[in-house]
Amino acid sequence: MRHAQLALSVNGEAVETSVAPYKTLLEVLREDLGLTGTKHGCELGECGACAVLIDGEPQLSCLVLALECEAREIETVEGMARGAQLHPLQAAFADLGAAQCGYCTPGILLTAKALLAREPRPTPSRIKEAISGNLCRCTGYQQIVEAIEEGARRMDDERRR
Amino acid sequence: MMRLPWFDYRAPRTLSEAARILAGEGPNAALIAGGTDLLPNMKRRQSAPKVLVSLRRIPELKRNGAVLGAGITLTEIVRKPELPRGLRQAAAQVATVHLRNMGTIGGNLCLDTRCNYYNQNYEWRKAIDFCLKKDGDICWVATASKRCVAMSSTDCAPALLALGARVTLVSANGERELPLEELYNNDGIDYLHRRPDEILTEVHCANAPSTYWKLRRRGAFDFPVLGVAAALIDGSARLALGAVASRPFLVAKANDFLRGKQLTDDVIDEAGRIAASRAKPMDNADLDLYWRKEVTAAFVAYALRELRGDDLRETRSRIARYEPA
Amino acid sequence: MNVVGKPRRRVDGRAKVTGQTRFADDFALPRMVHLKLLRSPHAHALIESLDVARAQAHPGVHLVLTGKDFPVTFGILPVTQDEYALAPEHVRYVGDPVAGVVARDEQTATEALDLIEVRYRPLEPIATPEEALAKPEPRIHAYGERGNIHRLQAFQFGDADAAIAASDHVFEDIFFYEGNTHLPIEQHACVAALDADGKLTLWSSTQVPHYVHRALARVLRMPASQIRVIATPNGGGFGGKTDICNHELVAAKAALVLGRPVKICLNREEVFYMHRGRHPVLMKFRTGVTKDGKLTGMHLQTLVDGGAYGSYGVASTFYTGALQTVTYELPRYQFEAARVFTNKPPCGPKRGHGTPQPRYGQEIQLDKIAERLDKDPAELRLAMLAKPNSLTANWLRIGSIGLEQCIKTVVERSDWKNRYRKLPQGRGLGLACGAYLCGAGLPIYWNKMPQSGVQLLLDRSGQVTLFCGATEIGQGSDDVLAAIVSEVLGIDPYEVRCVTGDTGMTPVDLGSYSSRVTLMAGNAAIQAAQKLKSMLAEAAAEDLEVAPERISFANGRVSFESHSLTFAEAVVLAEAKFGTLGAVGSYSPPRAPGKYKGAGVGPSPAYSYTACVVEAQVDPRTGWITIPKIWIAHDIGRTINPVLARGQVEGSVYMGLSEALMEEQVFRRLPPKLSRALVHKMPSLLEYKSITSLEMPEMDTVLIEDPDPNGPFGAKEVGQGPLLPVPPAVANAIYDAVGVRIDEIPITPDKVMRALEKKAKGEAPRVGPERFPDVPYPQPLIVPPAWEGGDGSEVKRHDAAAVV
Ligand SMILES: Cc1cc2nc3c(=O)[nH]c(=O)nc-3n(C[C@H](O)[C@H](O)[C@H](O)COP(=O)(O)OP(=O)(O)OC[C@H]3O[C@@H](n4cnc5c(N)ncnc54)[C@H](O)[C@@H]3O)c2cc1C
Ligand code: SF4
Ligand code: FES
Ligand code: FES
Repeated sequence: MRHAQLALSVNGEAVETSVAPYKTLLEVLREDLGLTGTKHGCELGECGACAVLIDGEPQLSCLVLALECEAREIETVEGMARGAQLHPLQAAFADLGAAQCGYCTPGILLTAKALLAREPRPTPSRIKEAISGNLCRCTGYQQIVEAIEEGARRMDDERRR
Repeated sequence: MMRLPWFDYRAPRTLSEAARILAGEGPNAALIAGGTDLLPNMKRRQSAPKVLVSLRRIPELKRNGAVLGAGITLTEIVRKPELPRGLRQAAAQVATVHLRNMGTIGGNLCLDTRCNYYNQNYEWRKAIDFCLKKDGDICWVATASKRCVAMSSTDCAPALLALGARVTLVSANGERELPLEELYNNDGIDYLHRRPDEILTEVHCANAPSTYWKLRRRGAFDFPVLGVAAALIDGSARLALGAVASRPFLVAKANDFLRGKQLTDDVIDEAGRIAASRAKPMDNADLDLYWRKEVTAAFVAYALRELRGDDLRETRSRIARYEPA
Repeated sequence: MNVVGKPRRRVDGRAKVTGQTRFADDFALPRMVHLKLLRSPHAHALIESLDVARAQAHPGVHLVLTGKDFPVTFGILPVTQDEYALAPEHVRYVGDPVAGVVARDEQTATEALDLIEVRYRPLEPIATPEEALAKPEPRIHAYGERGNIHRLQAFQFGDADAAIAASDHVFEDIFFYEGNTHLPIEQHACVAALDADGKLTLWSSTQVPHYVHRALARVLRMPASQIRVIATPNGGGFGGKTDICNHELVAAKAALVLGRPVKICLNREEVFYMHRGRHPVLMKFRTGVTKDGKLTGMHLQTLVDGGAYGSYGVASTFYTGALQTVTYELPRYQFEAARVFTNKPPCGPKRGHGTPQPRYGQEIQLDKIAERLDKDPAELRLAMLAKPNSLTANWLRIGSIGLEQCIKTVVERSDWKNRYRKLPQGRGLGLACGAYLCGAGLPIYWNKMPQSGVQLLLDRSGQVTLFCGATEIGQGSDDVLAAIVSEVLGIDPYEVRCVTGDTGMTPVDLGSYSSRVTLMAGNAAIQAAQKLKSMLAEAAAEDLEVAPERISFANGRVSFESHSLTFAEAVVLAEAKFGTLGAVGSYSPPRAPGKYKGAGVGPSPAYSYTACVVEAQVDPRTGWITIPKIWIAHDIGRTINPVLARGQVEGSVYMGLSEALMEEQVFRRLPPKLSRALVHKMPSLLEYKSITSLEMPEMDTVLIEDPDPNGPFGAKEVGQGPLLPVPPAVANAIYDAVGVRIDEIPITPDKVMRALEKKAKGEAPRVGPERFPDVPYPQPLIVPPAWEGGDGSEVKRHDAAAVV
């Protein structure tokens, strides 16, 4: 019954903290590292609000022990923008109404980012499939799907430039 | 925030070290692979192991060749086209994208049984004064039953059963290999013939034409309330059912009937009738249980027709809501 | 117009996509401690004793509060102050809070909950409205009509029964709409703290900071001026955060006692207990129709399952009948309603507040009428539309109506004429309409003050700061206000800084509910902006040497022909001329024509209208339902930001479809011989089913602009109305697909299959409630419609139905 020393890599930065073994990655991000951009709606794996990228794959931070994250690369919504410049997906989400209340948004942004890393120009049905593990109560998903398509287009344009 | 209780965390780097820890800690310890079943259960205080033994750092469990290590994730299975289609379809319909990136095949096969009276927070279960499976002395689903009838809810197990898979279990005392069928016990509490000191390490499964159909409310998140797997083994179709008992099972009567038969429409209908008569859904999961039983034959027909080579993509997309694998 | 009507990134868009929007649970203050509530495990019980000694002694525990600490009741409506922050002696549902533990962390507080010893004397729980009617005892509340009947209401606007009896056709149908909940992804949270001067501040995920402010003052017995409530942006509201919550009061009290910040975030199960969601409603419609398809009269009876407390229930109950008159011409109308108490979490307002339930019945019944009269359902409706600028039988004043265009739009875009009743077996189309309020005409606490206020501050840098009590719940209220102000002042909306939802800083706005913000706060914003505009015009006119009327404001410039100043330059001139620049605007709705007791629910400055066509596919072997496409047209009056408006329509379609197909807040009664338990069946995001991206159909959304004179730039609401037609359109589409009627919500595949089996056996192909119980409705209040010589008041008062 003791705290453990934990070394993490979050958004490319090495961070160290001491945590109780029962703490999930979600709790450590929000409560120990002050990264409250990662949200939670159930803490049981049932909504997708807490999704972050672990080694590039979207996973649920509410069901990952922080202790199991050593030596893995964690990316949260705070790590998406480059400096003050929004990631193309973020910009597309903001422009196209994909974030209404914005609560599901961080989890969906990261899930979409991982999708586009594998499939740069997915079809709308592939996008729906990829975000089907993220509940959104506000949008009806349509504008989210459109924003991911638009984000993919903008990323393509950036690559071409 | 739902939080985990205190526990000691161990992260052995070899299988034998893990087996040694398990042998030493006895039933106080639990194995954690992806944690996607164990951790929600611990947060709801369905279990509170004193020690968690992580399997994540054990390279032996990551084997990903002809033999599948127990630590392979469901996503890895979906992405491996040389694996049997039925298994990939099952894995692709588990939970959600995120959970498939985390959950392992070993964890999926050892998944705790489920019941709407049990998969609830501690406070909720207190309000019904608990039940047989945990802290109580009555089964609310079947109040006259001495046995817990919680449902086996793994998607991959029926797919692997139909394919005739075998699994390896390792303990400090040695190793044994058994047909997957023999891993399961039709009891909601004692649902595995696995000793507490054993680790499931490998899944052996030959490739064969196969298919998996899953009934659930939504195209994502939901556990199966019916799983139908079919495989063509030695020229005969074999059926396995999931989520209609406390264990997944090969439908012996239907499989006897199917042995050596061409999959004509009549044969498929009859197999559906037989299989449906073996399905015993309970009122402890989503959707009306009588309806669940009634549609079993239709799902068996989907599976056998797909196995026969019919193009069922339209039906599949209406039911699964996407094309799994 | 430069801003209004142009698609634009919302002003708070950047914050939302970077994770910088600060939701209530994102607050962490120095020395903050954590609160957990102990909740009743019994559906109905009396507390015999409560011992907190062990919990108090638990290491890390700072404070334990119980019912003794909260002698004063509260409630959202003045007539139902029936809740305690912590129940002192009587618990009424599983989840009713009885104690609060504050500890150094959440884990410790949770551990200590188990150390509180409560002895309960269980009472028989009342599980259903039928039981509530049949069993006056044990009584859930000491107040109400009698027994477990909370409220009875009855109105007669013209002799509907006589009109129905004299009709060519009479239709009688019973419908049931199951309860469901809001399910915001953000769980309710709040942080209470004393500020440096010892005043109380509460940050909370609430849609109604003003009412929380009032309740805190009442329950804590403190002057309201010592309390500040800040509504943090809500991670979804949908009506679920429009009530005063127990945890807000307990956290505030704990912060006062401890002098340190106290936080609580409910877990998902607790959010289901907070509820205040859609009331389950059983309805009976008797409707008379002429042979050419005109309504002669309607007699509607509703039975409303209220749950354990009053909440908004009295208003919700009125709403199960108030808006039946605003879509189609209905010359005579009788409405009777009853709300009963049951031992379940209290129901309240969810998107559409009380109106989706009767809308479901009415629109399905119209489908049945069209079929019997052999008319096209769209034509039938078009021939009976309510008229613009008219009065309804129940004395509601309608302004603009864009419903005709809505219907024509969805009919055309769905190719209705060629496809309805013509698709192959298993596929079908269904049509339905709806209407909704743009803000309630009367405030909850009747008074003569405005319902919304906006204050603008102009800095000499050109910076515009807007202060308004309106709450951002995701709907885009900040964006609407910034757009309106920037339109008037000719500046960029991103130049406007919004300070909103803060009772310590902003003028009162009653809250984000009843679709009132765009219309009410929007009008207040126009008024304030126009005052500033005329000051700026006057100062600029002096400088440019023209008459102020000739000055124009656009693109950040204040100009006359080719001469222009920057906006900031104009501000400097105006500040020099008038002194510090600021202005206020406020809004009070027009007086409603109805004067009878009960006329307070239903009036609105304007009504929005929607029409919807749903395409359904049904598997005849399994009853499995797929919805490939939905066409929807919504009469929004005027679109402020089309991106956000479309999002509101699509979000409403989503929620309506999700309710239609699967959502249900339902309860489990264990075998009564063995247990008294009455529990929520599935208080989790996994088992409370809501549709995912994969079930969402393709959506074809059209906004119809028929500006309403009462709306800001003609704008009407868009956040709730588009939900209403979706569930009945689904039911009607299923009928077109396979010829079965599902007269209840949700429409699940097993119900469809049961109806198909009945059809195969030659029985009535219908699944739905079979009977409507005897409800002791009082004699109705008789209010003649205008065309029968009425003046808006009742002519006779029988057993008076009370008013909100
Ligand atoms: C919202 C949600 C939806 C889900 N939906 C589905 C679904 O549709 N279908 C489905 O099948 N599952 C579903 N799951 C369950 C789960 O995600 C998967 O079954 C997953 O594959 C479990 O694997 P895991 O590695 O995460 O298991 P863990 O949680 O790590 O382990 C599960 C159990 O198996 C034991 N265990 C794990 N590995 C071994 C081993 N090698 N040897 C012996 N014992 C072991 C653990 O001790 C534990 O008791 C869902 C889960 C959630 C939270
Ligand atoms: S089946 Fe019965 S004993 Fe088993 S978990 Fe459910 S209620 Fe409990
Ligand atoms: S918080 Fe809901 S999935 Fe993690
Ligand atoms: S934007 Fe509110 S939950 Fe998705």
